Amino acid sequence: MTLTADIPPSPYADLTPPLTAVQALAESNRCLFCYDAACVRACPTGIDIPAFIRSIATGNLRGAARTILSENIMGGTCGRVCPTETLCEQACVRNTAEERPVAIGRLQRHATDRLLSTATVHPFARAEATGRRIAVVGAGPAGLACAHRLAMLGHAVTVFEAKPKAGGLNEYGLAPYKMADDFAQREVAFILGIGGIAVEHGRRLGADLSLEELQKDFDAVFLGVGLGGNNRLGIPGEGRPGVEDATAFIERVRQATPQAPVAVGRRVVVIGGGNTAVDAAIQAKRLGAETVTLVYRRGRGQMGATPWEQELAQTNGVVLVTFAAPVGINDGGVTFERTRLEEGKLAGTGETFTIAADTVLKAVGQTLDRAALAGVTLAGGKIAVDEGYRTTLAKVFAGGDCVASGADLTVQSVQDGKLAALSIHRHLSAALQAAPIETA
Amino acid sequence: MADLRSTIAGIRSPNPFWLASAPPTDKLTNVVRAFRAGWGGVVWKTLGEDPPVVNVSSRYGAHLDNERRLIGLNNIELISDRPLEVNLQEIVQVKRDWPDRAMVVSLMARIEEEAWAGLARRIADTGAADGLELNLGCPHGMCERGMGSAIGQVPEMVEQVTRWVKNTTRLPVIVKLTPNITNILWSAEAARRGGADAVSLINTVNSIVAVDLDAMAPTPVVDGKGSHGGYCGPAVKPIALNMVAEIARNPDTARLPISGIGGVNTWRDAAEFLALGATNVQVCTAAMTYGFKIVEDMIDGLSNWMDDKGYASLDHVIGRAVRNTVNWNDLNMNFSTKAVIDPALCIDCGRCHIVCEDTSHQAIRIDQGDGRRIFTVVNEECVGCNLCSHVCPVPDCITMTPEQNNLPYVTWPEDARNPMRVPRPAPVAAE
Repeated sequence: MTLTADIPPSPYADLTPPLTAVQALAESNRCLFCYDAACVRACPTGIDIPAFIRSIATGNLRGAARTILSENIMGGTCGRVCPTETLCEQACVRNTAEERPVAIGRLQRHATDRLLSTATVHPFARAEATGRRIAVVGAGPAGLACAHRLAMLGHAVTVFEAKPKAGGLNEYGLAPYKMADDFAQREVAFILGIGGIAVEHGRRLGADLSLEELQKDFDAVFLGVGLGGNNRLGIPGEGRPGVEDATAFIERVRQATPQAPVAVGRRVVVIGGGNTAVDAAIQAKRLGAETVTLVYRRGRGQMGATPWEQELAQTNGVVLVTFAAPVGINDGGVTFERTRLEEGKLAGTGETFTIAADTVLKAVGQTLDRAALAGVTLAGGKIAVDEGYRTTLAKVFAGGDCVASGADLTVQSVQDGKLAALSIHRHLSAALQAAPIETA
Repeated sequence: MADLRSTIAGIRSPNPFWLASAPPTDKLTNVVRAFRAGWGGVVWKTLGEDPPVVNVSSRYGAHLDNERRLIGLNNIELISDRPLEVNLQEIVQVKRDWPDRAMVVSLMARIEEEAWAGLARRIADTGAADGLELNLGCPHGMCERGMGSAIGQVPEMVEQVTRWVKNTTRLPVIVKLTPNITNILWSAEAARRGGADAVSLINTVNSIVAVDLDAMAPTPVVDGKGSHGGYCGPAVKPIALNMVAEIARNPDTARLPISGIGGVNTWRDAAEFLALGATNVQVCTAAMTYGFKIVEDMIDGLSNWMDDKGYASLDHVIGRAVRNTVNWNDLNMNFSTKAVIDPALCIDCGRCHIVCEDTSHQAIRIDQGDGRRIFTVVNEECVGCNLCSHVCPVPDCITMTPEQNNLPYVTWPEDARNPMRVPRPAPVAAE
């Protein structure tokens, strides 16, 4: 008997496997086809959920996928990674009487996976070429969603991406148990399949790319740069070997192959309470760590990770420790001070304890890399935009995690990108004295 | 425990659930399995004159709902394709081993007296049959040879065939009627005139159940082609119930016992047939969908329901809803009922609203409640059509509540709004 007996065969396996055809049939028939459905209102991208589920039930899978993708071109990723338990599935009326919502996310994946694996023609056609050129900075969810919609509207798009692969966090930032196999790259290829989008890799804003030039060379610019920086703990020992940002750890895990997985320590401590912390903790456990302890300075109710994610961590063998703030890292592990809330404010109690660790993953929030954004007005550490996703710079728009749009979710970034594209289109059309177009 | 013992046209069975003449009653093996499972009787699959017919390969088509539940089945199978003597020997053996179960034998022949009489005699001479059922209904295959519905659709032939068989044997004769006619009473009355001891209905409905969109042919597809077949199963129950009721409430046929057939899937379906005047029921598709074991809940459920209602025996149930089955002209024009939505049970799906708004009377209002929508019936607009209650996914969430208006029972012929109103007392009709 070994301690790793219960670990899944591959740390790269899907946590939630795709629905079988029989499961999809049964699940799709649970949908009540609600009028003005609550799930649609709860979806940041406003997918017509009852319509696509009905299409699945009638065997019109291609139609189902098109319904999804027409509002959310990354419907495949969102079907996998959306916290549906706080969005569409929380709103599903099947909760009320049965406490079991329709598995909307998994149905969405069912429909989009089929289309992506079988379609030979891109489901959306491009409008007549407008002759307008738009620069998109960042090939993450916001940037690609924006680029796709702009291409659809007839514009020519150039996407500038610093990393060697497109996809942003879909490629580099989501744990592989959520994004198994090469789906992120297949989705990128699908999105680019509409045509009219050129991606230039190795182009980083502030390095070989300046906002000023982009403004000069293009008719409009969209910034979907995400949050490139990581917050520091600011405690002694943070620079020791074995201490790493959780995002960097996940990136290494994602870029490794299942045949040569990333080595992980025996005793892992993850510091933080968001979904990144949970992703890193679960992934560390699945990679074979003996103990993984996730430590958060506040209580479970204040954690950024949803209750479902917290439970997932626990069922994967992660120990959750709350009300403890790190004060130092040394040979023995991480020393924490117990905390408590005093009139809503976090306060140390003076009592400390140490959790043995050979690997420490930090997940205490990401920050905007401001260096390359000179001249752009920020608000709350993010790029300030108006309701049309316009920054304070002329013809520069922004969306996704780098703007203060609310949730740091893929689905929100896709919506930002889509709406920003429509806003850019209106902006350019107005310049052409054309009538404003309908928003999708 | 309610007494479920049943007698129809003098034929006794321990319960009112028989298997209809169909594939499940084709041979000894199946029938013995059925009796072991608890079925009260069978109507043996239709016997014809030798040589036996030859069936095609691929015989059933299905009408499935989205969840692949079978709501209707059609078949293009003919009558028994085994030699008459084999069937008769098996019938004798089964009856000997299961004497308490009803053994009715179905038969079909050309429209010639000697064909029918000869076949009836052969069956009667076995001494094993409790009764005969005349198959005058198959709407596929046999009718192309002048049998089945080709006879059942002509009242004079129904009467003639019934009389021929009645003149031949003292066995009770049940005449099985086809629904593929304009008025079921014409054939029921013909059967009665011919001396039928009972009628059974409905036989299958002529149908094309589906089209195979790849083969571009009706299902079941036989080498690229399909034919119309006989439709049965839950989907035909409403058609059957109406025809049973028509016969039960028609003075000429009211005393003719009815064996109810058509979509009986549960004890509740059976109770409905009994209430509309059937003395027993025959089942086929439910068994062909689930196997014979379903009879257990049919018996148990019917018995429990009868106990709950205080009905000691089937006599208390049979025909109980007939007097309440009337023509539209006998309905009360002053009756008014309104939908009432229980907000405590409502799950906020909005289906009631959208069907009323799009397809009916715009009588369900939406108000924004605390984190959810509140649906309220606008009484002034509600005509009491029931549609909202039918589409609501939650049982008892939408109920129909009659209004207390203290108005008298007024039928349309008496209604002041009727331009053709017949003033009372009705004058003697001219001519």
